[in-house]
Amino acid sequence: MFPQTEMLDLVIVDGYAKGIITRSLRSGKIDAHAAEAVVLATGGYGNVFYLSTNARGCNVTATYRAYKRGALFADPAFTQIHPTCIPVSGEHQSKLTLMSESLRNDGRVWVPKRQGDRDKVPGEIPEADRDYYLERKYPSYGNLAPRDISSRAAKEVCDEGRGVGPGGRGVYLDFADAIKRLGEHTIRERYGNLFEVYEKITGEDAYKVPMRIYPAVHYTMGGLWVDYDLMSNVPGLFVIGEANFSDHGANRLGASALMQGLADGYFILPNTLPNYLAAQMGKRPSPDSPEFRGAEADVRARIEKLLKINGSRSIDSFHRELGLLLWDKCGMSRHEKGLREALQEIPELREQFWRDVRVPGSDEDFNQSLERAGRVADFLEFAELMCMDALERDESCGAHFREEHQTPEGEALRDDENHAAVFAWEFQGAGQPPRLHREPLHFETVHLTQRSYK
Amino acid sequence: MNFKLKIWRQPNAKSPGKLVNYEVRDLSPHTSFLEMLDILNEDLLRRAEEPIAFDSDCREGICGTCSLTINGEAHGPDHPGAVCELYMRKFRDRATIMVEPFRVGSFPIVKDLVIDRSALDRIVQAGGFISARAGSAPEANSILVPKHDADLAMEAAACIGCGACAAACPNGSAMLFTAAKVSHLAVLPQGHPERDNRVLKMVRVMDAEGFGNCTNTYECEAVCPAEIRASFIAKLNREYARASMQRGAGE
Amino acid sequence: MIVAVTGIMLILFVIGHLLGNLQIFIGPDWINGYSQHLRDLGPLLWAIRLFLLAAVIIHIYVTIQLAIENRHARPEPYQDRQYVKATFASRHMVVSGLVVLAFIAYHLAHFTFRKTDARFALLQPDRLGHYDVYSMMVYGFQNYLVSGFYVLGLFLLTLHLSHGSSSFFQSLGLNDKKLTPRLALGGQIFAWLVFIGYTSIPVAVLLGLVKPAQQL
Repeated sequence: MFPQTEMLDLVIVDGYAKGIITRSLRSGKIDAHAAEAVVLATGGYGNVFYLSTNARGCNVTATYRAYKRGALFADPAFTQIHPTCIPVSGEHQSKLTLMSESLRNDGRVWVPKRQGDRDKVPGEIPEADRDYYLERKYPSYGNLAPRDISSRAAKEVCDEGRGVGPGGRGVYLDFADAIKRLGEHTIRERYGNLFEVYEKITGEDAYKVPMRIYPAVHYTMGGLWVDYDLMSNVPGLFVIGEANFSDHGANRLGASALMQGLADGYFILPNTLPNYLAAQMGKRPSPDSPEFRGAEADVRARIEKLLKINGSRSIDSFHRELGLLLWDKCGMSRHEKGLREALQEIPELREQFWRDVRVPGSDEDFNQSLERAGRVADFLEFAELMCMDALERDESCGAHFREEHQTPEGEALRDDENHAAVFAWEFQGAGQPPRLHREPLHFETVHLTQRSYK
Repeated sequence: MNFKLKIWRQPNAKSPGKLVNYEVRDLSPHTSFLEMLDILNEDLLRRAEEPIAFDSDCREGICGTCSLTINGEAHGPDHPGAVCELYMRKFRDRATIMVEPFRVGSFPIVKDLVIDRSALDRIVQAGGFISARAGSAPEANSILVPKHDADLAMEAAACIGCGACAAACPNGSAMLFTAAKVSHLAVLPQGHPERDNRVLKMVRVMDAEGFGNCTNTYECEAVCPAEIRASFIAKLNREYARASMQRGAGE
Repeated sequence: MIVAVTGIMLILFVIGHLLGNLQIFIGPDWINGYSQHLRDLGPLLWAIRLFLLAAVIIHIYVTIQLAIENRHARPEPYQDRQYVKATFASRHMVVSGLVVLAFIAYHLAHFTFRKTDARFALLQPDRLGHYDVYSMMVYGFQNYLVSGFYVLGLFLLTLHLSHGSSSFFQSLGLNDKKLTPRLALGGQIFAWLVFIGYTSIPVAVLLGLVKPAQQL
């Protein structure tokens, strides 16, 4: 077992994935690992936004390195913004915490009808002055409307200046009615642990005052392209879990990430991997072969380059700036103009990073800054791919909402004629635009239709 | 809010460490403890000083990576909860806060506040698993688990492996961790085939790793962020006695 | 586990010994008869004494070994240390145990081998021909220093027992989440009953409530 080790490159020998290059996060030692096949279970890229519900360590490096070695990256624009998270409280926030979606079973979502009421104590705002906007817009689903819809609706009311809490980026999730109806005991039994988490983080008692929630990046549906055997287009490179693009389409539904984790790791891979391995037995290359040596040299060169910059800005400041940029222009809703701007700004930010970032310490040692710098460098490249994908997908589709494409009611408007396809991007070399492969989607039993939550 | 900090700095496992004084100013009371350290580190970077190394990952109390002793208490004063769930509003303004790593011989210091907890990994590797065949889904109702057992297993499984039990124990004992891992599998039918082997091996590795012995002070239970109860240690003792007797009887 | 088992034996002795001693309040005949009865056991008494001695030695040997291991488990101490739940008693078992050991040594020299007080040899047998343990205890405790040391030793024994007498349930695995707080409380109560029981004797002597059965 190699805990505290990160993968920094994929090694391909004669077109087959045969190993990886790793760096120990403890000692800084670079190692080459050769094998018959490579399985990536390296998670999603939600931290490209800096603030997300992901753990701080989550990153795109392993999958992005594989992409740069020829694996196709599919639908990177599909990112899920979860509606029920605790809002950002300050500039130095490092992490957003998810409140379980189950809270919407009993909580009612609202904001004041008038901008002027948003700083009032919620209890002092009379019923008549509250806008239960989900119940109003989606009478049959109400507070249980799907994630993307609830998230966008929250953004909308906050954009109108009716958001509550610090910064005006929050909506109330109110349990007063449920407590009246079911009693505090029942609510405590159902959600007690979540109320405790909320109190720890915000210092507020949600039994007495309504919770404040706001959407946050939670899951990334996109990932490396795989076939039904969970193998990418690079033979021998298997990708499982959130790291691949499969299962969720453009909008993951509740609990299905858990399903994917179990299905991929427990049921699918144990059957498909041996099938591949059968033809590969005895074909493990030496970790001293030129391919490994080459990949290792690349990794070392990149680390050296990062350490040599010795600029003036901190790594986190770049990451935060990138995150804000993406959140504004490639977040809950996108439009062509914003995406084009982002595609201008990201390369500029990246250029500045490689000129002015400060990475202290050395490479042959425990160095958390170096670790983070390499990841942010990859995010700065990956963000561009994301925006390209979002621009190319000229329709609204699930979590990908292009403002130009909506129904009169503000619903996502797809263009099945032209875009019912997986967009898989192929790296063409540094500085070259990636090549787009479209894999058409076929629906045989259940056909595509316009959804309605009215 | 403003704080004075005394933080343990140590370049690596071999060199001696010492407490260094720092100050942080104008913090929002809603800043988390780890974010306070982030802010301090940004400040150190600006002054071209080396940032303070500390571990964290999920920052919501479920990964067990953050491991600080704050004012002499593992995970700080706001029990139950990991350091990442600790907010500055829990401290008095202008207070002096002492930050040290978890101090257990089996958790060598890597740098500053970062420790190496692979000793816990090795205890789990000795038996904290079930050898099940993967590949096809078993019928969900073919193994019945009584609600009481399921709840008990769940309570034990809540252990996040942070090592605070050993850090807080006056004897540096990792019994609560091992007890949680052993109990979690011992009460479930899936864990039964390897039950005896598991407890004997895990306890053997625990001792070999150099952890201290349990003298039932229950300090571990008081600081456990996952609220694992010390009665699981009684369960571990029971499991161990049972397994030893079975062994002794030649079964 | 070894510590727990030997501990239980010693706890049983502490209870038995207390019950024996409390007979002083019934009168000289009772307690003198009781001690004569014990001596009449002859070889059996020695077997019990050896057994207890073995229990003490094992109890101490194993705990010292464990304590050394525990020391090694944390080579570098904390600069600052706060305890949330661990009681003073539970953290100082080795110290309280060693002081109790010293106390036992003195206690044996004092009353069992009667080496510390020359007057004990002058005591006449009582009217039933038994050695006058009753008067020995009374004369022994009339000395404030001796009584003080006894109370101190007993206090540390109490401290030791307040943790040990509930702790062994946990070590033997005879515990669950509901029992833990009850056992802890029970252990405290037990330990303080022992303290009250034993110290009642020197206190009663010093207050003059119990007087010697013969004059020297």
